[in-house]
Amino acid sequence: MSILVDETKTVIVQGITGREGMARTQLMQRYGTRVVAGCTPAKGGQDVLGVPVFDTVMEAVEKMGPIDVSTIFVPAPLVKNAALEAIAAGIKLLVIVPDRVPIYDVLEIAAAAKDVGARFVGPNTLGLLSPGRAVFGMIGGSAASAKDWFLPGRVGVTSRSGGITSSIAYYLSRAGIGLSTIIHVGGDGIIGTDHPAVMELFESDPDTDCVVMFGEIGTSQEERVADLIGSGKFTKPLIAYIGGKGAQTGTRFSHAGAIIEGDRGTHDGKVKRLREVGATVVDNFGDIPDAVKTIIRPMETAKIPIIE
Amino acid sequence: MARLHEYHGKQLLREAGFAVPKGQVVRSQSEVPAALAISGLPAVVKAQAWTTSRAAQGAIAIAENVGDVTAATVRMLSLKIGGFDVTEVLIEEKVDINREFYVGIVVDDANKTPVVIFSSIGGSGIEELARKYPKNVSKTPVDVRFGLREYEAREAVRKTGVTGSLQNELTKALLTLYRVARQWEARSAEINPLVLRGDGKLVACDCRITVDDSAVFRHPELKIEIAREFGRPPTALDKIAWTVEKDDYRGTFYFIEMARGYKKGDGFIGFHGAGGGGSMMSMDALVKRGYTIANFTDTSGNPPASKVYRAAKIILSQPNIDGYFGSGSGVASQEQFHSARGLVKAFWEENLSIPAVIRLGGNGEDKAVQILTEYTKNLPAPVEGYKKDDTADFCAQRMQKLLDAQRDKTTPRNLALPVTPEFTAKDPYSFDTPTGKVVLDHALCRDCQTKSCVQTCVPQILKDQDGVVVLNISREDAKAGKCIECLACEVECRIGGNAGGRVILPIPGLDEYRTKVAAGE
Repeated sequence: MSILVDETKTVIVQGITGREGMARTQLMQRYGTRVVAGCTPAKGGQDVLGVPVFDTVMEAVEKMGPIDVSTIFVPAPLVKNAALEAIAAGIKLLVIVPDRVPIYDVLEIAAAAKDVGARFVGPNTLGLLSPGRAVFGMIGGSAASAKDWFLPGRVGVTSRSGGITSSIAYYLSRAGIGLSTIIHVGGDGIIGTDHPAVMELFESDPDTDCVVMFGEIGTSQEERVADLIGSGKFTKPLIAYIGGKGAQTGTRFSHAGAIIEGDRGTHDGKVKRLREVGATVVDNFGDIPDAVKTIIRPMETAKIPIIE
Repeated sequence: MARLHEYHGKQLLREAGFAVPKGQVVRSQSEVPAALAISGLPAVVKAQAWTTSRAAQGAIAIAENVGDVTAATVRMLSLKIGGFDVTEVLIEEKVDINREFYVGIVVDDANKTPVVIFSSIGGSGIEELARKYPKNVSKTPVDVRFGLREYEAREAVRKTGVTGSLQNELTKALLTLYRVARQWEARSAEINPLVLRGDGKLVACDCRITVDDSAVFRHPELKIEIAREFGRPPTALDKIAWTVEKDDYRGTFYFIEMARGYKKGDGFIGFHGAGGGGSMMSMDALVKRGYTIANFTDTSGNPPASKVYRAAKIILSQPNIDGYFGSGSGVASQEQFHSARGLVKAFWEENLSIPAVIRLGGNGEDKAVQILTEYTKNLPAPVEGYKKDDTADFCAQRMQKLLDAQRDKTTPRNLALPVTPEFTAKDPYSFDTPTGKVVLDHALCRDCQTKSCVQTCVPQILKDQDGVVVLNISREDAKAGKCIECLACEVECRIGGNAGGRVILPIPGLDEYRTKVAAGE
């Protein structure tokens, strides 16, 4: 199993005729993802890599039947409309790849998603991937690399940095540790599916035995993960690394964040909270594979994913 | 984040109908009388700086007469707060304080909504007060689609124990501040203190607004120079970098100067990362070895080679950096040979004389490292390339080795050279790209056996036509983005062809900047 992503789910690519949309459609197709439709306004009727292009998401659903997932590759200023459109068309999982999406746009997307029980990953995400099964978004960059780098197995990876998602997954695979699902939750301050939400999904996934999390300074995500562990809602072993120890701490400008978050957001605070509830927080990034090995044994059987 | 100075925030409040103290911002002593004519006496003199607790730093003064106001202004204009010069001072009327409140709007990452925070006690030390007296503080999430409702605002005030006509006034204040925050897309907007004046009127005595960087493009009237997280006003080089990034949504380019005034040999390194998380770790690796980061740069999210090239040119416009270090997560999804070509073009043009260590791990890393290292063999300084199995720490170690072996450690690089070397084509054929221009010299094309540009052009938009290379698409399509500025027609042509291709990628303001730096200004 995996969380959120697998080869049975149907996918539409919004912005399929653009540079990124086209490149990532190819990646997804070659990796085994069921890309059934594309959408670019006013370019309906075209065909990209064998995928039919529609003017609207509604039209795609009308012609192709219900679609499970939308991966969004439109310029940041157009993301809000694209996401609201996908939600209105009944799509329940959105992967919002672009960077620099205005925050109030994200809040509107969040409100609309909440109303109908839809979920979104991102913005500013590479997406998510389950080795040997499917990828939504652009993790791995090309199918050949994604197949080469990531082995299937039973460790979940969640990260706030895109590059680090891939590097943790690669270094674990190289150490013989396979992965159930790897997810880049997104680098922005406001994101749809954050670390705590991912932990709840991993908790209920019978095929994930433990989770590696890459956190960063800022936001309250890592502290809320600690809260989940503390309250018994996340019970699997967690190995974490928190980046940004050496980052210059700027002078504080506003009090509002501090009133809402209290002492949340700092490197030391996050490490302390996670350790208090029994998570393993490593000080060196390179120590992650060894820390995981103390919890689960590398699978002798872990080999290259079976898909072609 | 794009922070607004107090006076700017107050101006937005005033436009929305909020009462603020009468006053004006000054930038020199000569402007004091005009400001005083508006504020009257006694006056409050406030240095405009992005920090809290200004009073403790001598950045706020109360003055009873013209002489004191002038003296305080002059003193503050020579202050340095958080490492940058105070250039603006606000002079405003002194408000007689009856009672103080706090009101703030902040976007809450856990709730994914704006939250209105109201405290019936405000003033300095608000964080401490909020902890000590939780019953005086209310937090109200807002549905962003409908905005703050009148009843929600009133309930936020009522919960803290405020009654009567003051409740009415505060309700209005909350609604107005929310409107301001929403209109300008503020990540946070706060008034502390919100003062109840002797005459019963509410006045915003301070104001801090941080506009969402990603929304700045929708608010040109705010005149925010750089929509990025800065703890200080941007430097000239920061601004040049921002002009490159502003309208180019292909990938991300972030540049911030982190040090100035250092000399060659002081151990300052030009840093070029890819991806926030990996960059942080890579910088840590350098710092551990005793080096200082001269600038933070990030090119990620699959940027075109042209963006990486411009980033490198800007990094190399710092004359006193000792080395060039490139390293991100190490396992990049983006095709790294684009970055390699961008770097190679920049290194050639600069005739690179400081050692460079670049970790190009990820997609296409073999090709990337080959391009980077093979094509730069003849440069004065060594250029090393590494892949995903090489750690950031190992690369930092290589940087150290190369720096130790450097013969001339103290002569700054000469920036007087033109940013883009001359290229005179005998028989030019050119077309526009999204952010520049490609020039192919057909005179050289005719003697070229390989036409390597046609083979290596990533989007395959070139063709060999009667012995010369031309577009196989329309010029309009090339400019609209079919040309992805992969730079192969310059870089690969110089190595495998007849050196007849050039991609001209202007960087507005960089020439002037370098001329000034070279002249020691």
